[in-house]
Amino acid sequence: MTTPQPSTRPPQAAPGEPLLCAEGLHTHFELRQWGFVRVGSVRAVEGVDLTLGAGEAVAVVGESGCGKSSLARTLLGLHRPTGGTVRFDGTPLNGLSGRALKRYRARVGYVQQDPYGALPPFMDIQRILAEPLIIHGVRGRAERERRIDTALAEVGLTPAADTRRKFPHQLSGGQQQRVVIARALLLRPAMIIADEPVSMLDASVRVEILELLRRVQREHRLALLYITHDLSTVRHYVDRALVMYGGRIVEQAPVTDLLARSGHPYTEALLSALGDPDADNARRQREVPGGEPPSLVHPPSGCRFHPRCPHAMQGKCEVEPPPPDFRPRADHRVACWLHE
Amino acid sequence: MSPWLQGLTRLRQYPSALAGLGIIVLLVAVAIYAVTAIPYSEARDLWRSGEAWQDLPTSAPPVWADRLLGGDAPRTIRVATDDVVMEQERYEGVRLQRATLPVEFPYGGFPQEVNLFVESQFDDRQPFVRLTWRTPDGEAIPLGARRVGESERISISQDRQLESRLGFAPQVGLFTDAAPGTDDPQVRQGTYELVIEAIQFEETATLDANLVVYGQVHGLFGTDHKRRDLAVALLWGTPIALAFGLLAAVGTTVTTLIIAATGVWLGGWVDAAIQRLTEVNMILPLLPILVMVGTLYSTSIWLMLGVVVVLGIFSAGIKMYRAMLLPIREAPYIEAARAYGAGNARIILRYLVPRILPVLIPTFVTLIPTYVFLEASLAVLGLGDPVLPTWGKILNDAQAQSALYHGHYYWVLEPAALLMLTGLGFAMLGFALDRVFNPRLRSV
Repeated sequence: MTTPQPSTRPPQAAPGEPLLCAEGLHTHFELRQWGFVRVGSVRAVEGVDLTLGAGEAVAVVGESGCGKSSLARTLLGLHRPTGGTVRFDGTPLNGLSGRALKRYRARVGYVQQDPYGALPPFMDIQRILAEPLIIHGVRGRAERERRIDTALAEVGLTPAADTRRKFPHQLSGGQQQRVVIARALLLRPAMIIADEPVSMLDASVRVEILELLRRVQREHRLALLYITHDLSTVRHYVDRALVMYGGRIVEQAPVTDLLARSGHPYTEALLSALGDPDADNARRQREVPGGEPPSLVHPPSGCRFHPRCPHAMQGKCEVEPPPPDFRPRADHRVACWLHE
Repeated sequence: MSPWLQGLTRLRQYPSALAGLGIIVLLVAVAIYAVTAIPYSEARDLWRSGEAWQDLPTSAPPVWADRLLGGDAPRTIRVATDDVVMEQERYEGVRLQRATLPVEFPYGGFPQEVNLFVESQFDDRQPFVRLTWRTPDGEAIPLGARRVGESERISISQDRQLESRLGFAPQVGLFTDAAPGTDDPQVRQGTYELVIEAIQFEETATLDANLVVYGQVHGLFGTDHKRRDLAVALLWGTPIALAFGLLAAVGTTVTTLIIAATGVWLGGWVDAAIQRLTEVNMILPLLPILVMVGTLYSTSIWLMLGVVVVLGIFSAGIKMYRAMLLPIREAPYIEAARAYGAGNARIILRYLVPRILPVLIPTFVTLIPTYVFLEASLAVLGLGDPVLPTWGKILNDAQAQSALYHGHYYWVLEPAALLMLTGLGFAMLGFALDRVFNPRLRSV
């Protein structure tokens, strides 16, 4: 078995090809009755195209139930995609198995939403961090401890010797999330997928954790896929943002452009829902579209957003889904008929 | 500090846990003593042999039980010719050997039996032996004369002629001065003597005799109907009971847990197959199957253990563990483990199973005595191991000999007490462990 190289591996993708490239990605979950009769399916991810360059930080924004976590899990290889392809570093992930899949997993770090849940409660930090190293064949206790100490120092948990002996419940939420990030960095990945990494943390430590992620992402030139429901945490921490609605990407643009000149009515709704820390806001009526997030079992026809869209065009929006690449600007893509 | 150590330290707060642990340590010490003092094969042979027990009384209660009830029942007295000086007189062609065996008899009851074991070595002509009984006041009662072989048992108390001469059974008549036929003869205490006179016809011939006046009580634990000292069976029953209980508990819980975890983790048809197998197995009656195996095949305790473990693998425990594991299966840390490449076996053994160990360990501890009881029940049903002495087999013998009807309570109470002690020890420790590791049961 090959030991992972101790140095950061530069991405091997051919020039011009992004590190991660998903095309027409579908992830459906079948609903069964009595265990075998198909009665429908949850279309969590439906036709997502996504690229992530080496060293690029991208956010996927959307409300709960829009399929963004399923997208993350599909990209991690935890769900098998129903359709479409994912290529990482030039290698297709479809049908990858055994050692190749394991090698891919060493190159992708995963940061989850609930830091306490993400750490096995019966292991101490030393053990938790040793697990990925053991699994990927890092032999030698001394070598493992050296790498654990490095990772702990990198996420600001010093002195590392103190932390190593503790159990997850003895750490604060922020410290737990730092351990999770340290675990994601241990195998020196090329990409990190962070699924709502701060939504369960106290507001006071959110910025610290986001800045930590941004810092390690820049230092190691990692690709970062940051999944969030909160547009307000996006601005300073990523280069590009994607807005997801009903299993589809509805808009993607560089983050400043997206926040300043959003093209999709849904993005506008998200932006207007951003809170200002002002008590008067509680009474102010905002222009937020009513209605529920779309059902992923029986999604609306045409544009998924049309039942809630203030600009819906009769006879157009509910009939035909908009193609995802209307371009109001060169690097700004919107899936909305308004931009036809 | 690891949660395990914390739990064990907390155990100290429960006196019942310490008492239970004390009982278990005691039983383990007894078990270790048993296997070191009497090795396995020796114990097996000893228990089956008849000769080893020939100078113990039959079905005699323990001494302390009699003394506690204010009794003065006699203990067994053994006197051998080796202990006394053998007089020798020479005549023409023959020798006369004479030995006087003193029997000090200070007890209030009559002995159970009187036997003389004679061993002699000769080439051709058997020695001729004449026995005389002398009471403390010098009266001599002839016990007859006979030729003796190389190894012979002279059952003095079985001598019908002597019985009719004395007017009492010999073991009574020899130890009383009451008139023949008296209803309630009293023991005359004092020193009796058995005079053995042997005529040897060969120069090198020898004679050794061993007089056994059997008591009515014996030792710490008493004897059974085959004169066997129950101490041996009670002692050796301990390691067998503990080994059976422990192996059966380990065999069933560990396999059950791993199978349940595998089913939960892999899901799909594997889980379905495990569930259906469990359901079928749950309605199979364990005891009748064991009885069948025992009757038709073999009652070896190790075979029984195997059957118990095999039938215990797909037991109701699987349902319980499955219910506990299903929510853990969805825990984020397991998803994380998959994301950093942990394989199925690693996830099952290192991520799923450890989460329910705190619940498992108390269950495991309380499960041990149930298997100890199962082994005893099998033995009581007559399916005990054919060669090994166990607590259950003592009970089985006692039942077969109607021990309670005959008032031999010790025979039933001793193994029962040990069984209860075992159950109590493990139960007390198990319940305390449950309170330590199962926070919902802990009183605030």
